[in-house]
Amino acid sequence: MKKIKENIIRIAHQANEGHIPSAFSILDLVVVLYEKGLVNEKKENRFILSKGHGSLALYSVLAKYNVFDSKELFSFGRYNSNFGGHPDRTKLNSVEASTGSLGHGFPIAVGMAIGEKIKKTNHKIYVIIGDGEANEGTIWESALLASHHKLNNLYCIVDFNHSTDRALELGDLEAKFIAFGWKTICINGHDHQEIRQAYLHSETDKPVVIIAETIKGYGCKIMENNPEWHHKSPTVDELEFLINDLY
Amino acid sequence: MRKQFPKTIQELMKQDERLIILLGDIGVFGFRQSFSQYSNRIYNIGILEQSTIGVAAGLAIQGLIPVVHTIAPFIVERALEQLKLDFAYQQLGGNFVSVGASYDYAALGCTHHCPADVGILKNIPEMEIVLPGSAEEFDNLFKQSYANGHPTYFRLSEQSNAKSFPVKFGHGIIIKKGSRATVLAIGSMLDRVMEACREIDVTILYYTTLTPFDSEILKSNCESNKIVVCEPYYSGALAYDISNIFTERRINLLSIGIPRQFLRKYGHIDEHDKYLGLDAEGIKEKITNFIDN
Repeated sequence: MKKIKENIIRIAHQANEGHIPSAFSILDLVVVLYEKGLVNEKKENRFILSKGHGSLALYSVLAKYNVFDSKELFSFGRYNSNFGGHPDRTKLNSVEASTGSLGHGFPIAVGMAIGEKIKKTNHKIYVIIGDGEANEGTIWESALLASHHKLNNLYCIVDFNHSTDRALELGDLEAKFIAFGWKTICINGHDHQEIRQAYLHSETDKPVVIIAETIKGYGCKIMENNPEWHHKSPTVDELEFLINDLY
Repeated sequence: MRKQFPKTIQELMKQDERLIILLGDIGVFGFRQSFSQYSNRIYNIGILEQSTIGVAAGLAIQGLIPVVHTIAPFIVERALEQLKLDFAYQQLGGNFVSVGASYDYAALGCTHHCPADVGILKNIPEMEIVLPGSAEEFDNLFKQSYANGHPTYFRLSEQSNAKSFPVKFGHGIIIKKGSRATVLAIGSMLDRVMEACREIDVTILYYTTLTPFDSEILKSNCESNKIVVCEPYYSGALAYDISNIFTERRINLLSIGIPRQFLRKYGHIDEHDKYLGLDAEGIKEKITNFIDN
């Protein structure tokens, strides 16, 4: 994980672009989706990164599992690159939905889950949303829809890093999802064992929300819970300093 | 047109298992036969238009063909970003069928008026726009295009032309030939335009597809350098398409449509048409003044 994080910092530095702490916040959650093929190129189970600004985590994990060469990632943000600040399904086959504007990926995931039901498959749809993204009305519209249609094949993972508590606190998020008719599982979003168990949880008639307590910028002390780094690329001087700070 | 829509869908659902219908809690009674026969492919999804468009995009990613139906402003204006990003940018196919064109729901006031829809959607690349002039034309145009892999907006109007034409998606039709101007009649405007131009020596072209815009038929039928567009929405939405055709030729363009103002009166469609000069008499006067000057 440390090596992936180092690469993310170097890529963001080179591109002068990228949301590094957001990527670190979800990195463990994304790695566990792909490490044992729960989500893979066969496109049975599928994953949508609704909080698209965490794209560097998704790209890095896909590169780790050889979906493409990690050297390609160093084109991030360039004019002709396939790797933008937000993931784009028109550029990468392994990206299920183009996201970036918050509150879009989750309804799309609900539609995909309904689609799997219509096609009578057992495939699962995993979607990561941010806690700030949960300010959006479409998140709660979609939460209503998913429970109404008993989408037990839908797993919503909330990257609950509390970064937008300063604007609008979500309060008791678990109680809110319970009230919306969801099965809730609360985990440490950086503990792979807990993440794995949650992803494999099986429900009969409810969608599953995995409320993952995370730390924005996790693994780099200087960045952790530090809003200054939300959308900032390291300078040459900062680069080695940050890399040495990784743990 | 509104009554034809569930009939067309019922027929297509039988033939095409990919077709999925999402109703925004309107028209449910009209679709009762489809609900009865294809309960796993038609949903009264609720009153949540932004998420509905997103859900439709998810269905499209799964290889299904969604049809979303609600009142025009709630598709086009409330869920605009979803149409733009979830469908058009991602190159997904889907169909958005609205009722309540412009001031069809005149008495319900501004919240249910939507004369801006065509102009707004013209600004979304790859969004197709269809304005049938009759129930039969809707049936034909929908069947021709619903599975073409593009996002397509169908604007159903309470106003229909008396006669249907053999419309082809993406193509205009020559109604009559004349010499003093070329008049484009859009969708439900055709009857009024024909009445207005009965004694005027003009070419009339009938358009039911606005995107993709049939440039060829206009280019080939515009001898006079004067073009009039009669459009049942905020005027001017086709100006970009027309100006792109005539880059090396001077053209005088008159747009006869709804002026860009809030319509603060209630009443009926006909009253608004008359007040705005969009009845046959008003159109005739505007065209006559234009070609005589």
